[in-house]
Amino acid sequence: MLIKRSPNGIDLPFPSEITPRAVFENRRAFIRQMAAGSIAGGALLEMLSREAFAQGVNPKLAAKRNPALSAQDKPTAYHDATHYNNFYEFGTDKSDPAENAGTLRPRPWTVSIEGEVRKPLTLDLDALLKLAPLEERVYRLRCVEGWSMVIPWVGYSLSELIKRVEPTGSAKYVEFISLADRKQMPGVASRVLDWPYTEGLRLDEANHPLTLLTLGMYGETLPNQNGAPVRVVVPWKYGFKSAKSIVKIRFVRDMPRTSWNRSAPSEYGFYSNVNPAVDHPRWSQASERRIGEDSFLSRKRKTLMFNGYDVASLYTGMDLKKHF
Amino acid sequence: MTPTPKQLAAIKVAVFVLALVPLARLVWLTLAGALVEPLQFITRSTGDWTLYFLCIALAVTPLRRLAKWNWLLKLRRMVGLFAFFYALLHFLTFLWFDHFFDVAGMLKDVAKRPFILVGFIAFVLLIPLAVTSTNAMVRRLGGKRWQWLHRLVYVVAPLGVLHFWWMKAAKHDLAQPMLFVAIVALLLGIRVWWARKKQTPARAGVVQQ
Repeated sequence: MLIKRSPNGIDLPFPSEITPRAVFENRRAFIRQMAAGSIAGGALLEMLSREAFAQGVNPKLAAKRNPALSAQDKPTAYHDATHYNNFYEFGTDKSDPAENAGTLRPRPWTVSIEGEVRKPLTLDLDALLKLAPLEERVYRLRCVEGWSMVIPWVGYSLSELIKRVEPTGSAKYVEFISLADRKQMPGVASRVLDWPYTEGLRLDEANHPLTLLTLGMYGETLPNQNGAPVRVVVPWKYGFKSAKSIVKIRFVRDMPRTSWNRSAPSEYGFYSNVNPAVDHPRWSQASERRIGEDSFLSRKRKTLMFNGYDVASLYTGMDLKKHF
Repeated sequence: MTPTPKQLAAIKVAVFVLALVPLARLVWLTLAGALVEPLQFITRSTGDWTLYFLCIALAVTPLRRLAKWNWLLKLRRMVGLFAFFYALLHFLTFLWFDHFFDVAGMLKDVAKRPFILVGFIAFVLLIPLAVTSTNAMVRRLGGKRWQWLHRLVYVVAPLGVLHFWWMKAAKHDLAQPMLFVAIVALLLGIRVWWARKKQTPARAGVVQQ
Protein backbone atom coordinates (compact mmCIF):
# COMPACT_ATOMS: atom_id res chain seq x y z
CA MET A 1 0.00 0.00 0.00
CA LEU A 2 1.24 3.41 -0.88
CA ILE A 3 1.55 5.68 2.11
CA LYS A 4 1.57 9.34 1.23
CA ARG A 5 3.30 11.79 3.50
CA SER A 6 1.99 15.27 3.63
CA PRO A 7 4.47 18.12 3.18
CA ASN A 8 4.35 19.14 6.83
CA GLY A 9 5.27 15.63 7.87
CA ILE A 10 1.96 14.86 9.49
CA ASP A 11 0.07 11.96 8.13
CA LEU A 12 -3.45 13.07 7.61
CA PRO A 13 -5.73 10.27 6.66
CA PHE A 14 -8.11 12.18 4.51
CA PRO A 15 -11.14 10.05 3.84
CA SER A 16 -12.31 11.71 0.66
CA GLU A 17 -8.96 11.00 -0.98
CA ILE A 18 -8.66 7.40 0.06
CA THR A 19 -12.09 5.91 -0.14
CA PRO A 20 -15.11 6.74 -2.22
CA ARG A 21 -17.28 9.10 -0.27
CA ALA A 22 -20.05 6.58 -0.04
CA VAL A 23 -17.90 4.15 1.86
CA PHE A 24 -16.00 6.44 4.22
CA GLU A 25 -18.80 8.71 5.03
CA ASN A 26 -20.59 6.72 7.60
CA ARG A 27 -20.64 3.55 9.38
CA ARG A 28 -23.21 5.24 11.59
CA ALA A 29 -25.56 6.04 8.76
CA PHE A 30 -25.22 2.50 7.57
CA ILE A 31 -26.16 1.16 10.98
CA ARG A 32 -28.96 3.66 11.09
CA GLN A 33 -30.23 2.48 7.75
CA MET A 34 -29.98 -1.08 8.92
CA ALA A 35 -32.06 -0.12 11.93
CA ALA A 36 -34.57 1.67 9.76
CA GLY A 37 -34.57 -1.24 7.36
CA SER A 38 -35.32 -3.67 10.12
CA ILE A 39 -38.52 -1.78 10.81
CA ALA A 40 -39.54 -0.97 7.28
CA GLY A 41 -38.10 -3.93 5.39
CA GLY A 42 -38.60 -2.67 1.86
CA ALA A 43 -37.17 0.74 2.62
CA LEU A 44 -33.75 -0.78 3.28
CA LEU A 45 -32.79 -1.52 -0.29
CA GLU A 46 -34.02 1.82 -1.49
CA MET A 47 -32.15 3.71 1.21
CA LEU A 48 -28.95 1.80 0.70
CA SER A 49 -28.96 2.31 -3.02
CA ARG A 50 -29.81 5.97 -2.73
CA GLU A 51 -27.53 7.03 0.07
CA ALA A 52 -24.86 4.57 0.92
CA PHE A 53 -23.75 2.96 -2.30
CA ALA A 54 -24.73 5.38 -5.01
CA GLN A 55 -22.00 7.89 -5.68
CA GLY A 56 -22.69 11.32 -4.28
CA VAL A 57 -25.80 13.06 -5.46
CA ASN A 58 -23.85 16.26 -6.00
CA PRO A 59 -21.32 16.79 -8.78
CA LYS A 60 -17.70 16.16 -7.85
CA LEU A 61 -15.29 19.02 -7.37
CA ALA A 62 -11.60 18.52 -8.07
CA ALA A 63 -9.67 20.11 -5.24
CA LYS A 64 -6.22 19.69 -3.74
CA ARG A 65 -5.99 19.43 -0.02
CA ASN A 66 -4.29 22.29 1.77
CA PRO A 67 -2.68 20.48 4.72
CA ALA A 68 -1.26 23.65 6.23
CA LEU A 69 -4.76 25.00 6.84
CA SER A 70 -6.43 21.71 7.72
CA ALA A 71 -7.32 20.46 11.17
CA GLN A 72 -6.19 16.97 12.07
CA ASP A 73 -9.53 16.08 13.63
CA LYS A 74 -11.50 13.22 12.16
CA PRO A 75 -14.13 14.52 9.73
CA THR A 76 -17.75 14.17 10.76
CA ALA A 77 -19.80 11.60 8.86
CA TYR A 78 -21.30 13.09 5.70
CA HIS A 79 -24.77 12.04 6.73
CA ASP A 80 -24.52 13.87 10.07
CA ALA A 81 -23.05 16.99 8.48
CA THR A 82 -25.90 17.11 5.98
CA HIS A 83 -28.78 16.14 8.27
CA TYR A 84 -28.15 18.26 11.33
CA ASN A 85 -28.20 21.84 10.13
CA ASN A 86 -29.30 25.28 11.12
CA PHE A 87 -30.58 27.00 8.00
CA TYR A 88 -33.70 28.89 9.04
CA GLU A 89 -34.67 29.67 5.46
CA PHE A 90 -35.76 26.04 5.38
CA GLY A 91 -37.17 25.73 8.89
CA THR A 92 -36.01 25.99 12.47
CA ASP A 93 -35.55 22.30 13.28
CA LYS A 94 -32.17 20.72 12.64
CA SER A 95 -33.79 18.17 10.34
CA ASP A 96 -35.75 20.77 8.33
CA PRO A 97 -32.98 21.87 5.94
CA ALA A 98 -32.30 18.33 4.71
CA GLU A 99 -36.03 17.79 4.28
CA ASN A 100 -36.97 21.11 2.70
CA ALA A 101 -33.95 22.36 0.80
CA GLY A 102 -34.78 20.32 -2.30
CA THR A 103 -36.66 23.33 -3.66
CA LEU A 104 -33.52 25.48 -3.81
CA ARG A 105 -32.15 25.90 -7.31
CA PRO A 106 -28.41 26.45 -7.01
CA ARG A 107 -28.06 26.94 -10.76
CA PRO A 108 -28.12 29.36 -12.44
CA TRP A 109 -26.71 31.56 -9.68
CA THR A 110 -24.96 34.87 -9.61
CA VAL A 111 -23.18 36.73 -6.85
CA SER A 112 -22.79 40.48 -7.12
CA ILE A 113 -19.82 42.06 -5.41
CA GLU A 114 -20.35 45.75 -4.87
CA GLY A 115 -19.98 48.76 -2.60
CA GLU A 116 -16.66 50.36 -1.75
CA VAL A 117 -14.69 48.63 -4.51
CA ARG A 118 -12.95 49.87 -7.64
CA LYS A 119 -14.05 46.90 -9.72
CA PRO A 120 -17.53 45.74 -8.82
CA LEU A 121 -18.29 42.34 -10.28
CA THR A 122 -21.15 40.02 -10.92
CA LEU A 123 -19.99 36.44 -11.14
CA ASP A 124 -21.89 33.34 -12.06
CA LEU A 125 -21.12 30.01 -10.52
CA ASP A 126 -18.75 28.85 -13.23
CA ALA A 127 -16.77 32.07 -12.94
CA LEU A 128 -16.62 31.60 -9.16
CA LEU A 129 -15.42 28.02 -9.55
CA LYS A 130 -12.64 29.19 -11.86
CA LEU A 131 -11.62 32.31 -9.98
CA ALA A 132 -8.86 30.55 -8.03
CA PRO A 133 -7.62 26.98 -7.59
CA LEU A 134 -9.98 25.00 -5.39
CA GLU A 135 -8.57 23.71 -2.14
CA GLU A 136 -9.85 21.13 0.30
CA ARG A 137 -9.59 22.23 3.92
CA VAL A 138 -10.68 20.36 7.00
CA TYR A 139 -12.10 22.88 9.47
CA ARG A 140 -13.63 22.50 12.89
CA LEU A 141 -17.10 24.00 13.08
CA ARG A 142 -18.46 25.13 16.42
CA CYS A 143 -22.14 26.04 16.77
CA VAL A 144 -23.22 28.59 19.38
CA GLU A 145 -25.64 25.91 20.61
CA GLY A 146 -22.77 23.88 22.05
CA TRP A 147 -22.11 21.23 19.42
CA SER A 148 -19.34 20.87 16.90
CA MET A 149 -18.42 19.09 13.69
CA VAL A 150 -15.37 18.70 11.46
CA ILE A 151 -15.97 19.31 7.77
CA PRO A 152 -13.74 19.01 4.71
CA TRP A 153 -14.77 22.12 2.78
CA VAL A 154 -13.84 22.95 -0.80
CA GLY A 155 -13.12 26.49 -1.87
CA TYR A 156 -10.42 29.14 -1.74
CA SER A 157 -9.51 32.02 0.52
CA LEU A 158 -12.03 34.83 0.26
CA SER A 159 -9.01 37.12 -0.12
CA GLU A 160 -8.65 35.79 -3.69
CA LEU A 161 -11.98 37.36 -4.52
CA ILE A 162 -11.33 40.49 -2.47
CA LYS A 163 -8.13 41.34 -4.30
CA ARG A 164 -9.91 41.13 -7.66
CA VAL A 165 -12.52 43.75 -6.77
CA GLU A 166 -9.97 46.13 -5.23
CA PRO A 167 -11.64 47.56 -2.14
CA THR A 168 -11.21 51.31 -1.71
CA GLY A 169 -9.60 52.81 1.39
CA SER A 170 -13.01 53.43 2.92
CA ALA A 171 -14.05 49.77 2.84
CA LYS A 172 -13.85 48.65 6.46
CA TYR A 173 -16.33 45.78 6.55
CA VAL A 174 -17.69 43.10 4.26
CA GLU A 175 -21.40 42.27 4.31
CA PHE A 176 -22.76 38.94 3.08
CA ILE A 177 -26.37 38.75 1.97
CA SER A 178 -28.08 35.41 1.49
CA LEU A 179 -30.90 34.52 -0.87
CA ALA A 180 -34.38 35.10 0.58
CA ASP A 181 -36.76 33.68 -2.00
CA ARG A 182 -40.10 32.50 -0.64
CA LYS A 183 -40.61 30.24 -3.62
CA GLN A 184 -37.40 28.32 -3.02
CA MET A 185 -37.17 28.70 0.76
CA PRO A 186 -40.28 27.78 2.74
CA GLY A 187 -38.84 29.11 6.02
CA VAL A 188 -38.69 32.67 4.68
CA ALA A 189 -42.48 32.85 5.08
CA SER A 190 -42.05 32.80 8.85
CA ARG A 191 -40.69 35.82 10.64
CA VAL A 192 -38.11 34.11 12.82
CA LEU A 193 -35.49 36.48 11.41
CA ASP A 194 -35.41 39.60 9.26
CA TRP A 195 -34.76 38.30 5.80
CA PRO A 196 -32.54 38.29 3.89
CA TYR A 197 -30.03 36.69 6.24
CA THR A 198 -27.17 39.12 6.62
CA GLU A 199 -23.76 38.55 8.09
CA GLY A 200 -20.54 40.50 8.14
CA LEU A 201 -16.84 40.53 8.86
CA ARG A 202 -14.26 43.20 9.40
CA LEU A 203 -12.17 43.57 6.23
CA ASP A 204 -9.05 42.14 7.87
CA GLU A 205 -11.06 39.14 9.12
CA ALA A 206 -12.43 38.62 5.63
CA ASN A 207 -8.89 38.79 4.24
CA HIS A 208 -7.53 36.24 6.70
CA PRO A 209 -6.28 33.18 4.78
CA LEU A 210 -8.55 30.89 6.85
CA THR A 211 -11.72 32.68 5.70
CA LEU A 212 -12.95 30.39 2.97
CA LEU A 213 -15.22 31.20 0.07
CA THR A 214 -16.80 27.80 -0.03
CA LEU A 215 -18.25 25.99 -3.02
CA GLY A 216 -18.19 22.40 -1.85
CA MET A 217 -17.68 19.85 0.89
CA TYR A 218 -16.58 16.20 1.02
CA GLY A 219 -15.21 16.48 -2.51
CA GLU A 220 -18.52 17.55 -4.01
CA THR A 221 -20.47 20.74 -4.60
CA LEU A 222 -22.37 21.96 -1.53
CA PRO A 223 -25.62 20.17 -0.72
CA ASN A 224 -28.52 22.65 -0.65
CA GLN A 225 -28.95 22.32 3.09
CA ASN A 226 -25.33 23.31 3.68
CA GLY A 227 -25.60 26.58 1.80
CA ALA A 228 -25.42 25.76 -1.90
CA PRO A 229 -24.05 26.94 -4.14
CA VAL A 230 -21.74 29.37 -2.39
CA ARG A 231 -21.16 30.31 1.25
CA VAL A 232 -18.38 31.52 3.47
CA VAL A 233 -16.79 29.57 6.29
CA VAL A 234 -15.07 31.38 9.15
CA PRO A 235 -13.78 28.56 11.35
CA TRP A 236 -12.86 30.56 14.47
CA LYS A 237 -16.36 32.01 14.79
CA TYR A 238 -19.66 30.36 15.68
CA GLY A 239 -21.32 28.68 12.73
CA PHE A 240 -24.00 31.32 12.21
CA LYS A 241 -21.32 33.83 11.12
CA SER A 242 -20.74 31.72 8.02
CA ALA A 243 -23.48 32.98 5.70
CA LYS A 244 -25.01 30.45 3.31
CA SER A 245 -26.40 30.69 -0.24
CA ILE A 246 -24.85 34.10 -0.77
CA VAL A 247 -26.16 36.37 -3.54
CA LYS A 248 -24.47 39.63 -2.63
CA ILE A 249 -21.18 40.65 -1.09
CA ARG A 250 -20.98 44.34 -0.16
CA PHE A 251 -17.94 46.28 0.95
CA VAL A 252 -19.05 48.97 3.39
CA ARG A 253 -17.74 51.74 5.65
CA ASP A 254 -19.77 50.95 8.75
CA MET A 255 -20.20 47.78 10.75
CA PRO A 256 -23.16 45.94 9.19
CA ARG A 257 -26.15 45.01 11.36
CA THR A 258 -26.21 41.26 11.10
CA SER A 259 -29.40 39.19 11.24
CA TRP A 260 -28.75 37.61 14.62
CA ASN A 261 -27.43 40.82 16.07
CA ARG A 262 -30.62 42.62 15.04
CA SER A 263 -32.73 39.82 16.44
CA ALA A 264 -31.07 39.66 19.88
CA PRO A 265 -28.24 42.17 20.30
CA SER A 266 -27.53 41.11 23.87
CA GLU A 267 -26.99 37.52 22.78
CA TYR A 268 -25.32 37.71 19.40
CA GLY A 269 -22.55 40.26 19.01
CA PHE A 270 -20.95 41.23 15.73
CA TYR A 271 -17.75 39.28 16.33
CA SER A 272 -19.17 36.00 17.62
CA ASN A 273 -15.74 34.51 18.09
CA VAL A 274 -15.71 31.10 19.69
CA ASN A 275 -14.86 32.04 23.26
CA PRO A 276 -15.22 29.61 26.18
CA ALA A 277 -15.08 32.54 28.61
CA VAL A 278 -18.14 34.32 27.26
CA ASP A 279 -21.34 32.36 27.79
CA HIS A 280 -24.48 32.79 25.78
CA PRO A 281 -27.56 33.28 27.98
CA ARG A 282 -28.91 29.93 26.90
CA TRP A 283 -25.82 27.90 26.09
CA SER A 284 -22.63 27.64 28.05
CA GLN A 285 -19.66 27.96 25.69
CA ALA A 286 -17.17 26.27 28.01
CA SER A 287 -17.61 22.87 26.43
CA GLU A 288 -19.03 21.21 23.37
CA ARG A 289 -20.17 17.89 22.01
CA ARG A 290 -18.57 16.65 18.79
CA ILE A 291 -21.39 15.29 16.67
CA GLY A 292 -21.03 11.61 15.88
CA GLU A 293 -17.87 11.24 17.90
CA ASP A 294 -18.65 12.11 21.51
CA SER A 295 -21.42 10.02 22.95
CA PHE A 296 -23.96 11.84 25.06
CA LEU A 297 -22.88 9.53 27.85
CA SER A 298 -19.39 10.99 27.85
CA ARG A 299 -18.20 14.26 29.28
CA LYS A 300 -18.26 17.14 26.80
CA ARG A 301 -14.95 18.33 25.42
CA LYS A 302 -13.52 21.69 26.41
CA THR A 303 -14.06 24.44 23.88
CA LEU A 304 -10.90 26.15 22.66
CA MET A 305 -10.48 29.90 22.33
CA PHE A 306 -11.12 30.89 18.70
CA ASN A 307 -12.07 27.24 18.16
CA GLY A 308 -8.37 26.42 18.38
CA TYR A 309 -7.33 28.72 15.50
CA ASP A 310 -4.39 31.06 15.77
CA VAL A 311 -6.14 34.33 15.02
CA ALA A 312 -5.63 36.21 18.28
CA SER A 313 -3.54 38.85 16.50
CA LEU A 314 -6.68 40.08 14.74
CA TYR A 315 -8.07 41.18 18.11
CA THR A 316 -5.04 42.67 19.85
CA GLY A 317 -6.09 45.33 22.33
CA MET A 318 -9.78 44.45 22.17
CA ASP A 319 -11.89 43.45 25.15
CA LEU A 320 -13.51 40.31 23.79
CA LYS A 321 -16.02 40.21 26.63
CA LYS A 322 -17.33 43.55 25.43
CA HIS A 323 -16.88 42.85 21.73
CA PHE A 324 -18.37 39.36 21.86
CA MET B 1 -70.83 8.54 31.03
CA THR B 2 -69.29 6.81 34.00
CA PRO B 3 -67.08 3.77 33.54
CA THR B 4 -67.54 0.70 35.70
CA PRO B 5 -64.73 -0.05 38.18
CA LYS B 6 -63.45 -2.66 35.71
CA GLN B 7 -63.47 -0.19 32.84
CA LEU B 8 -61.77 2.42 35.00
CA ALA B 9 -59.01 -0.04 35.85
CA ALA B 10 -58.52 -0.70 32.13
CA ILE B 11 -58.44 3.05 31.39
CA LYS B 12 -55.80 3.51 34.09
CA VAL B 13 -53.60 0.80 32.59
CA ALA B 14 -54.06 2.30 29.13
CA VAL B 15 -53.09 5.79 30.34
CA PHE B 16 -50.07 4.38 32.16
CA VAL B 17 -48.82 2.54 29.08
CA LEU B 18 -49.51 5.52 26.78
CA ALA B 19 -47.63 7.82 29.14
CA LEU B 20 -44.55 5.64 28.77
CA VAL B 21 -44.60 5.79 24.96
CA PRO B 22 -42.54 9.02 24.78
CA LEU B 23 -39.87 7.43 26.97
CA ALA B 24 -39.88 4.23 24.92
CA ARG B 25 -39.60 6.30 21.76
CA LEU B 26 -36.59 8.26 22.89
CA VAL B 27 -34.83 5.16 24.21
CA TRP B 28 -35.47 3.39 20.90
CA LEU B 29 -34.34 6.32 18.74
CA THR B 30 -31.20 6.75 20.84
CA LEU B 31 -30.25 3.08 20.79
CA ALA B 32 -31.00 2.74 17.07
CA GLY B 33 -28.57 5.61 16.45
CA ALA B 34 -31.31 7.48 14.61
CA LEU B 35 -30.49 10.77 16.30
CA VAL B 36 -27.61 12.93 15.18
CA GLU B 37 -27.50 14.70 18.54
CA PRO B 38 -29.34 12.57 21.13
CA LEU B 39 -28.68 15.02 23.97
CA GLN B 40 -30.73 17.74 22.37
CA PHE B 41 -33.54 15.38 21.49
CA ILE B 42 -33.70 13.87 24.97
CA THR B 43 -33.61 17.29 26.61
CA ARG B 44 -36.32 18.71 24.36
CA SER B 45 -38.55 15.70 24.43
CA THR B 46 -38.53 15.24 28.23
CA GLY B 47 -39.16 18.98 28.65
CA ASP B 48 -42.03 18.93 26.16
CA TRP B 49 -43.69 15.97 27.85
CA THR B 50 -43.41 17.58 31.28
CA LEU B 51 -45.42 20.49 29.93
CA TYR B 52 -47.93 18.24 28.16
CA PHE B 53 -48.61 16.28 31.35
CA LEU B 54 -48.86 19.45 33.42
CA CYS B 55 -51.47 20.78 30.97
CA ILE B 56 -53.39 17.49 31.01
CA ALA B 57 -53.36 17.46 34.83
CA LEU B 58 -54.64 21.04 34.87
CA ALA B 59 -57.33 20.16 32.36
CA VAL B 60 -58.85 17.47 34.57
CA THR B 61 -60.87 19.76 36.83
CA PRO B 62 -62.36 21.96 34.06
CA LEU B 63 -63.20 18.87 32.00
CA ARG B 64 -64.73 17.18 35.02
CA ARG B 65 -66.94 20.20 35.67
CA LEU B 66 -67.89 20.94 32.11
CA ALA B 67 -68.48 17.36 30.98
CA LYS B 68 -69.55 16.14 34.41
CA TRP B 69 -66.97 13.35 34.20
CA ASN B 70 -66.17 13.00 37.87
CA TRP B 71 -64.24 9.79 37.31
CA LEU B 72 -61.50 11.79 35.55
CA LEU B 73 -60.32 12.79 39.01
CA LYS B 74 -59.18 9.20 39.52
CA LEU B 75 -56.60 9.66 36.74
CA ARG B 76 -55.20 12.99 37.86
CA ARG B 77 -52.64 11.68 40.32
CA MET B 78 -51.07 9.42 37.71
CA VAL B 79 -50.92 12.22 35.14
CA GLY B 80 -49.36 14.55 37.71
CA LEU B 81 -46.79 11.95 38.66
CA PHE B 82 -45.89 11.48 35.01
CA ALA B 83 -45.34 15.24 34.74
CA PHE B 84 -42.92 14.88 37.64
CA PHE B 85 -41.35 11.78 36.09
CA TYR B 86 -40.56 13.56 32.80
CA ALA B 87 -39.40 16.66 34.70
CA LEU B 88 -37.04 14.42 36.67
CA LEU B 89 -35.69 12.88 33.45
CA HIS B 90 -35.33 16.40 32.02
CA PHE B 91 -33.38 17.49 35.10
CA LEU B 92 -31.24 14.33 35.12
CA THR B 93 -30.42 14.87 31.43
CA PHE B 94 -29.15 18.31 32.36
CA LEU B 95 -27.23 17.07 35.38
CA TRP B 96 -25.82 13.95 33.79
CA PHE B 97 -25.37 14.39 30.06
CA ASP B 98 -24.85 18.14 30.10
CA HIS B 99 -22.81 18.48 33.29
CA PHE B 100 -21.71 14.96 34.04
CA PHE B 101 -22.77 15.32 37.68
CA ASP B 102 -20.52 18.32 38.16
CA VAL B 103 -22.86 19.91 40.71
CA ALA B 104 -20.71 23.02 41.13
CA GLY B 105 -20.73 23.57 37.37
CA MET B 106 -24.44 22.95 37.24
CA LEU B 107 -25.16 25.47 39.99
CA LYS B 108 -22.95 28.01 38.25
CA ASP B 109 -24.93 27.39 35.10
CA VAL B 110 -28.23 27.73 36.92
CA ALA B 111 -27.19 31.03 38.47
CA LYS B 112 -25.76 32.39 35.23
CA ARG B 113 -28.59 31.55 32.91
CA PRO B 114 -31.97 32.70 34.20
CA PHE B 115 -34.07 30.42 32.01
CA ILE B 116 -32.41 27.41 33.64
CA LEU B 117 -33.03 28.90 37.09
CA VAL B 118 -36.74 29.26 36.30
CA GLY B 119 -36.95 25.66 35.16
CA PHE B 120 -35.02 24.53 38.21
CA ILE B 121 -37.41 26.37 40.57
CA ALA B 122 -40.39 24.80 38.80
CA PHE B 123 -38.81 21.37 39.24
CA VAL B 124 -38.07 21.94 42.92
CA LEU B 125 -41.67 23.06 43.51
CA LEU B 126 -42.92 19.85 41.90
CA ILE B 127 -41.04 17.70 44.42
CA PRO B 128 -43.36 18.28 47.43
CA LEU B 129 -46.35 17.53 45.19
CA ALA B 130 -44.88 14.22 44.09
CA VAL B 131 -43.86 13.32 47.65
CA THR B 132 -47.34 14.03 49.04
CA SER B 133 -49.19 12.24 46.29
CA THR B 134 -49.97 9.09 48.30
CA ASN B 135 -53.27 8.48 50.08
CA ALA B 136 -51.39 8.23 53.38
CA MET B 137 -49.97 11.70 52.84
CA VAL B 138 -53.38 13.13 51.97
CA ARG B 139 -54.68 11.74 55.28
CA ARG B 140 -51.67 12.99 57.21
CA LEU B 141 -51.91 16.50 55.85
CA GLY B 142 -55.67 16.67 55.91
CA GLY B 143 -57.69 17.41 52.79
CA LYS B 144 -57.65 21.19 53.07
CA ARG B 145 -53.94 21.53 53.68
CA TRP B 146 -53.17 18.94 51.02
CA GLN B 147 -55.27 20.83 48.50
CA TRP B 148 -53.63 24.11 49.44
CA LEU B 149 -50.18 22.58 48.92
CA HIS B 150 -51.14 21.09 45.59
CA ARG B 151 -52.21 24.48 44.31
CA LEU B 152 -48.45 24.95 43.85
CA VAL B 153 -49.11 23.51 40.41
CA TYR B 154 -50.68 26.88 39.52
CA VAL B 155 -47.19 28.32 40.01
CA VAL B 156 -45.27 25.42 38.51
CA ALA B 157 -47.10 25.38 35.16
CA PRO B 158 -46.55 29.09 34.36
CA LEU B 159 -42.90 28.79 35.47
CA GLY B 160 -42.47 25.79 33.19
CA VAL B 161 -43.96 27.70 30.28
CA LEU B 162 -41.77 30.73 31.07
CA HIS B 163 -38.73 28.44 31.09
CA PHE B 164 -39.68 27.12 27.65
CA TRP B 165 -40.50 30.60 26.33
CA TRP B 166 -37.18 31.98 27.48
CA MET B 167 -35.28 29.08 25.98
CA LYS B 168 -36.91 29.75 22.62
CA ALA B 169 -37.12 33.53 22.88
CA ALA B 170 -34.02 34.82 21.17
CA LYS B 171 -34.46 32.41 18.31
CA HIS B 172 -37.78 34.12 17.58
CA ASP B 173 -39.41 30.77 17.34
CA LEU B 174 -42.35 31.35 19.65
CA ALA B 175 -45.18 29.41 18.01
CA GLN B 176 -44.94 26.50 20.47
CA PRO B 177 -44.38 28.57 23.63
CA MET B 178 -47.33 30.79 22.68
CA LEU B 179 -49.55 27.75 22.34
CA PHE B 180 -48.56 26.67 25.86
CA VAL B 181 -49.21 30.17 27.17
CA ALA B 182 -52.68 30.09 25.62
CA ILE B 183 -53.50 26.66 27.03
CA VAL B 184 -52.21 27.35 30.54
CA ALA B 185 -53.89 30.78 30.57
CA LEU B 186 -57.18 29.15 29.57
CA LEU B 187 -56.87 26.39 32.18
CA LEU B 188 -55.99 28.80 34.98
CA GLY B 189 -58.30 31.55 33.73
CA ILE B 190 -61.35 29.30 33.91
CA ARG B 191 -60.52 28.62 37.58
CA VAL B 192 -60.22 32.32 38.34
CA TRP B 193 -63.55 32.91 36.64
CA TRP B 194 -65.24 30.13 38.61
CA ALA B 195 -63.73 31.37 41.86
CA ARG B 196 -65.08 34.87 41.23
CA LYS B 197 -68.50 33.57 40.38
CA LYS B 198 -68.53 31.62 43.63
CA GLN B 199 -67.50 34.65 45.65
CA THR B 200 -70.33 36.81 44.35
CA PRO B 201 -73.28 34.48 44.04
CA ALA B 202 -75.74 37.27 44.83
CA ARG B 203 -74.84 39.11 41.69
CA ALA B 204 -75.37 36.12 39.50
CA GLY B 205 -78.94 37.02 38.70
CA VAL B 206 -78.53 40.77 38.68
CA VAL B 207 -78.86 42.45 35.33
CA GLN B 208 -76.07 44.89 34.68
CA GLN B 209 -77.17 48.48 34.54
